[in-house]
Amino acid sequence: MIRIANGSAFWGDSAEAPLDLLRGGPLDYLTLDYLAEITMSILQKLKARDPRAGYAHDFVGVIKRGAKDIVERGVKVVTNAGGMNPVGCKDAVAAVLQAAGYGGRIKIGVVTGDDIMPQLDQMLESGIPFTNMDSGEPLSAIRARVQSANVYFGAFPIADALCRGAGIVITGRCNDAALALGPMVREFGWKAHDWDRIAAGTIAGHVIECGAQCTGGNCQADWESIPDIANIGYPIVEAEPDGTFVVTKHAGTGGRVNVAGVTEQLLYEIGDPKSYITPDGIADFTTIRLEQRGPDRVRASGIKGRAATDQYKVSISYSAGFKAVGTLAYSWPDAHKKARAADKILRQRMDRLGLELEAIHSEFVGVNGCHGEMSGEPANDIAEVVLRIGARAMEKAPVERFLKEIIPIALNGPPSVTGLNSGRSKVDEIIAYWPALIPMTAVAPQVDVASV
Amino acid sequence: MKIQLVKIAHARSGDKGDDANIGLLALKPQDYPVLVREVTAERVKKHFAGICRGEVERYELPNLLALNFVLHHALDGGGLVSLRMDNQGKTYGAALLRMEIDVP
Repeated sequence: MIRIANGSAFWGDSAEAPLDLLRGGPLDYLTLDYLAEITMSILQKLKARDPRAGYAHDFVGVIKRGAKDIVERGVKVVTNAGGMNPVGCKDAVAAVLQAAGYGGRIKIGVVTGDDIMPQLDQMLESGIPFTNMDSGEPLSAIRARVQSANVYFGAFPIADALCRGAGIVITGRCNDAALALGPMVREFGWKAHDWDRIAAGTIAGHVIECGAQCTGGNCQADWESIPDIANIGYPIVEAEPDGTFVVTKHAGTGGRVNVAGVTEQLLYEIGDPKSYITPDGIADFTTIRLEQRGPDRVRASGIKGRAATDQYKVSISYSAGFKAVGTLAYSWPDAHKKARAADKILRQRMDRLGLELEAIHSEFVGVNGCHGEMSGEPANDIAEVVLRIGARAMEKAPVERFLKEIIPIALNGPPSVTGLNSGRSKVDEIIAYWPALIPMTAVAPQVDVASV
Repeated sequence: MKIQLVKIAHARSGDKGDDANIGLLALKPQDYPVLVREVTAERVKKHFAGICRGEVERYELPNLLALNFVLHHALDGGGLVSLRMDNQGKTYGAALLRMEIDVP
């Protein structure tokens, strides 16, 4: 049995969780996921400004603080913190380890090759259309606006790095679940065609990839009774060579691991549950059996899988215009009426200005901001309502003009209003996401392992 | 008798591009068949009228006493494109729990 934890669900997750996992009890592997769909485009911009940047630098802090546990106890670390610059990330981590006196005592593995931006035009010319999986459009429609293009690699490059002695593995874009599946492939000697076990390891990775969302965080079932959320433990999978696993957390931590919470996470961000496709195989969620095996222990078994497809998924980001959002808080009396009046007045002013906006969207926070029309009518004496109004356009200028029109309405519109953050609102570039496929034969991961 | 889904189910939701998905789970095993019978893809599409601009697909996971709903074009473009406060559909699971269904 090996223990694999996940201490980061996204870039910006708890800075303490990775350290708490390292120090809170027995552990073999610590995985850290930093990459959401849009993170790569942000990292691409950082790299364009500074060629040494472009990775999730929070990870360097984790290594700095956790170096003793990682090097001396031998807890292995697997992360996609490399983002757009895995080599740069490796250099920064190596520098930190050398400064701490651990030079020559640990190897770092780096997985590259996922960044296909430099070859994108050549690939298009060779006949790979990168058709949008949602809309069916060919990439040529937005080629000039593409900012990044990365292949999602699977678990085997990670396992390869571990086999070659890496104590830390840094990847660029890869399948989230691969961070946990890679160590299982390495430790248990699973083969690429062990489809059931590959599926089981993928599902184990899927359960923990969102961190505390499987240990009581963001859990709807009986949420008020979940103990000590302030001290919530991040998840650990106890993986067995036969593909069964137990989801748990360190003793003495808060939160809860039960069947209801793990099931919520199993269904998080999935499509057809019979065909959960990763680069390593296809997992069938309708075969999972869950059972409570003692406090904060949920066992999964029975998982079946099928053969992988012959394509990798590609995540392409592209520039898609500009947007801005402003907020105005109206108080009792007539809070909702005033907010609605302000919305109407603002729209009349936008009309008069003739701004070329693609969309204006208004929500009344406290009334219908989350659930729209299904929220129903608020009480007449509602204490306060926030008008949240946003606009979007291909050009920046009309969005800037829109934003300038919001603050004045505090003085030239309905009464008893305060600004929240509208004074600080800014125009954001919209980075849109273009999911596509690429034949596996068109690209190859590269694995390098070297001593610090 | 009409009850709100929140009495017999829990849910979690998230995003994939411009699509949202909602996992709907029975709190007790005996209520799973009620969810299967009452919470159809058509009813969910109607429930999210004005929010979901595309089709709704439903998948059954009897092993987990759960249904998975995929709501296409439900996020105003999704991610950074969306102008909505809930640009990732994080509260859509709770929104589904508002639905009123018939129970014997």
